Amino acid sequence: MFESKSGVLLIAGLTFFGFAFLSNAVVPALMYADLPEKTAEELVNPQLRYQFEELGRRFPDAFVAAFGEPPTSGDVEGWWNARAAEALREGRDLYVGEGCWHCHSQFVRPVSNEEQRWGPVARSWEYQNELQRPVLFGTRRVGPDLSREAGRRGSDWHAVHLFDPTLTSTKSPMPAYPWMFDGSPDKPKREALALITYIQWLGSWLESYPLYESYTPAPIPREGLLEEHNGQ
Amino acid sequence: MQAQGEQRIDGQLVDRSIVLAYFGAALLFMFVSMLGGLLMGMQLLRHNPLNGIEFFSPGRWRMVHTNAIAYGFLANAFLGLLHWAVPRLTLRPVLDRRLSWAIFAAWQLIVLGTAGGILAGHAQALEWGETPVWVDPLAQVGLLLVAVNFMAPIVQLRGPMYVTLWYFMAAFVWTFLTYAMGNFVPQYFVSGTSAGAVGGLFIHDLVGLFVTPLGWGLMYYFVPIILKKPIWSHGLSLVGFWGLAFFYPLNGIHHFLYTPIPMFLQYGAIVSTIAVELVVTTVLINFFGTLWGRGREVVTNLPIRWFYTGMVFYFLTCLQCALQTTLTFQALIHFTDWVVGHAHLVMFGVFSMWIFGMMTYLIPRLLGREWYSRAACEWHFWLSAVGVFVMASDLILAGVFQGWSWSSLAPWYDSIAVSIPFWAVRIVAGLAMFAGFLVFVWNLWMTWRSAEEIEFSSVPVTA
Ligand code: HEC
Ligand code: HEM
Repeated sequence: MFESKSGVLLIAGLTFFGFAFLSNAVVPALMYADLPEKTAEELVNPQLRYQFEELGRRFPDAFVAAFGEPPTSGDVEGWWNARAAEALREGRDLYVGEGCWHCHSQFVRPVSNEEQRWGPVARSWEYQNELQRPVLFGTRRVGPDLSREAGRRGSDWHAVHLFDPTLTSTKSPMPAYPWMFDGSPDKPKREALALITYIQWLGSWLESYPLYESYTPAPIPREGLLEEHNGQ
Repeated sequence: MQAQGEQRIDGQLVDRSIVLAYFGAALLFMFVSMLGGLLMGMQLLRHNPLNGIEFFSPGRWRMVHTNAIAYGFLANAFLGLLHWAVPRLTLRPVLDRRLSWAIFAAWQLIVLGTAGGILAGHAQALEWGETPVWVDPLAQVGLLLVAVNFMAPIVQLRGPMYVTLWYFMAAFVWTFLTYAMGNFVPQYFVSGTSAGAVGGLFIHDLVGLFVTPLGWGLMYYFVPIILKKPIWSHGLSLVGFWGLAFFYPLNGIHHFLYTPIPMFLQYGAIVSTIAVELVVTTVLINFFGTLWGRGREVVTNLPIRWFYTGMVFYFLTCLQCALQTTLTFQALIHFTDWVVGHAHLVMFGVFSMWIFGMMTYLIPRLLGREWYSRAACEWHFWLSAVGVFVMASDLILAGVFQGWSWSSLAPWYDSIAVSIPFWAVRIVAGLAMFAGFLVFVWNLWMTWRSAEEIEFSSVPVTA
């Protein structure tokens, strides 16, 4: 059996693989089967709506060019919600396509003082939605976790930061994304608007929103380090 | 008998040109991948000359970097090596040579499509499976055809098979299943935390059930042939294979510890990860038992040196893995460069080193020429081995500092400032690896160009 074709193919190849898949993938899927999976439309909440409308007021021309003229009568609410959901989906695709998730995680762990830095520990229901297919937990943090980022900074900050991170955070190693703009940070294209909407959504569902980073600087002397960096 | 047998094997069984074609493709994508790595590395040092150009977006190139390694370098090199090893082990040709070439062409299209798709911004949000969703079904068909093509000679064998074939057969099944599971389940069937569990399984199984069994299968094939003596213990070979088959697939969730994935599953993954380390130790004992008494070969015989250096690195990565999978270590080193160091040690230090060793051994046999420059072969080895060792130690250490910096709640920028010197060393080490690679390609080119064609069977084993 241990050296025969059927043993290798059926037991090692299929059975062991199947056992691992059942125990490690099907079990959690069944455990969370009762958590409904939300669509992007269901994810639009008042916090996000506020940020999205604020984008429209802050960058009126760019916003109209990207999403069209907001209606003044009829189903105004429906129009805004639909556009916000659209922007969320598109922003998420850009976040994936640019590999933001290889430098930013989207979960707060119960260890390493992460609760102090970012806020509540990640819970399963937060990820039960269409924008987390496949899930964007991430495995590397060159930059900070973003799952509690919503509302922490203004959309103008994000626009400038995406256009050129070193403008807001001197010496940031984050890449610049100028092609999402028409030449300057105050002229975002549809891409930038969608991406900012997505960032402003991350954590907007929490009661503790918006959550500001809280820390007392470490007591060790850090000359040179802080001077290098005048942002944050 | 030797010479005659070799001629027959060479003429009817092994298609030398396809092995060479796969090697060529593998080297091309290694080149692309290394450029991607250097670009991302320079970005982290804030000296990226191409910053702000959409097509050169470092985030996209980072994904090209890892995908070019997995599907461009490793898969191509393994396919070439399978075309050499399977017909020789079974004494039967593959199913159909035209099919082999069709697969070759299709696979290059898949890899180019993946690279093009990622660079155009169509990546899929699955680590190491960023292959755009429209590439996935094609790759799936490709993997099926690969399995059919190589299984045809294997199924005709009667009686017990050699260790290498256990690994190969299992790898055909596993690679197909792993690819399907990772690319379709979390995209179309489950989301959120459950998708995370599947994603973890995928990252891990791609290493453990595609790269690892093919790598070890080839080691079980080449080491005894080159040393001209059998594997030390058949019993340990059995333990190694079945231990890997059982425990490796259970490891996946160790990539997502402290996530909302249920804790008992996380504990299960941790325990099986430590079990894998024990299994790996038995495999290494077996291989060092095989080398016993012939230790000098490591000095004189280049392929053997590549193989055994890779094995030492393998032991180190697995030891590292047994430590880093514990929750204690995870709290500190998860998300840091520690993991990146680990990834380079295993993907370059082990599997790429083995592949380079096998190429060093096979190229003279494929081209019918002695290596143009033995010194260049030495340079390739030393630049690669020292380069990856420095890179991995540097990044592993960097990870510890980053972890401490984060948990100290210092401003985020402190963790960047502390990483800069380590990132600088990483680039230097990467350039050394890159230089070694270029020396190898140059040597290969010169060997190809050199006129004299020597008798195939007279190529010395020490090549
Ligand atoms: C090379 C790794 C890297 C990539 C890729 C990257 N970032 Fe960053 N990001 C960083 C670093 C480092 C910081 C911290 C310094 C700073 O503020 O720029 C940061 C900071 C941020 C912040 C500010 C967080 C805060 O509140 O301080 C946001 C928002 C952000 N990134 C979003 C993105 C988005 C969106 C993308 C993809 C388009 C992206 N990042 C791609 C490394 C990266
Ligand atoms: C020229 C030499 C190389 C350089 C400069 C380089 C650089 C890099 C960089 C900068 C990253 C991203 C790390 C991060 O996100 O912080 C990375 C990731 C990675 N590289 Fe390389 N690399 C090189 C060669 C290779 C080779 C040859 C392989 C495989 C054989 C490889 C495999 C990987 C893998 C698997 C990852 C993903 C790590 C993870 O996500 O944890 N690299 N590399």
